[in-house]
Amino acid sequence: MGSKLSDPDAGRERPPAATKILIAGGFGVGKTTLVSAISEIRTLRTEETLSQQSTGVDDVSGVDGKTTTTVAMDFGRITFSDDLVLYLFGTPGQDRFWFMWDELSYGALGAAVLADTCRLGDSFAAIDYFEQRGTPFVIAVNCFDGAKRYHPEDIKIALDLDPHVPVVLCDARKRESVKQVLITVVELLLRQPIEDHGERSATGG
Amino acid sequence: MSPGADDRWFDREAGPVVRPYAVARGRTRPRTGQFDLISVVVATGVPPPDTIWLGPEQLHMLSLCRRPVTIADVASDMDLPLGVVRVLLSDLSDQGLVSVLSTPQPREVPNVHVLRKVLNGLKAL
Repeated sequence: MGSKLSDPDAGRERPPAATKILIAGGFGVGKTTLVSAISEIRTLRTEETLSQQSTGVDDVSGVDGKTTTTVAMDFGRITFSDDLVLYLFGTPGQDRFWFMWDELSYGALGAAVLADTCRLGDSFAAIDYFEQRGTPFVIAVNCFDGAKRYHPEDIKIALDLDPHVPVVLCDARKRESVKQVLITVVELLLRQPIEDHGERSATGG
Repeated sequence: MSPGADDRWFDREAGPVVRPYAVARGRTRPRTGQFDLISVVVATGVPPPDTIWLGPEQLHMLSLCRRPVTIADVASDMDLPLGVVRVLLSDLSDQGLVSVLSTPQPREVPNVHVLRKVLNGLKAL
């Protein structure tokens, strides 16, 4: 502590930085497996506004004013130190829960879109979403046992991705492999033009 | 299938005894403050004044906030829906019992120092 003489914040407790990366992809592609391979899994309940898509699906007659429904979602937490935590939020795979994406993606550093080469089409929706919002993302191809392996460049062409979007092959069950996916996301972010606010910006000071 | 003795729900399976909206006393939106999923809150250490009544959930929440904690973790630890947690936290914030230490910034301005720390943290896992 005494060695940080140049740090005006020394001795004052700095708020912990909480960061998040989104894990997106189609239903059943292995998002929860990926998150649990590298982090402590927690469950969050959230009520969401009934969307247009719920009309005719959820019977709300007789409960005037019922406009929300409860959704349970898993998230992961990686604690690096007392003052730095990374959260991994899996985006809901079902179309019905699209409306949760805006809240989940607010303030996210970036995203990994988990893709299965047998069902590449399932990842189109997530790719479109991140492209439209300008959220940096990488494609992580989950190499299921027995699945045919493709070259990342071929997958990039099949998904019609911008050349700068990284494509990595991974095994969502393996910690080292998942670690590499997340490192690829952060390295992508560091390559982008970003503002250097200095450490104290996190304190608002 | 007709309902029989085997179909009865007991304890946790029967769901919460007090419905979430009752815990939040019918409110679905906090009055003040933006409590994002990864906003960090902490108890201010100010003892609750005698003039206000805190419910068991809010007392539990205050104890969880002794150390800085995110809204997502509070909601997960308390097993309460996020919206209810936001309402209760907003009450505690209004009364000066908790404060918001940080909220995430829109991603247009990621902090390069934080990014490097995350990268180093991941590599060290």
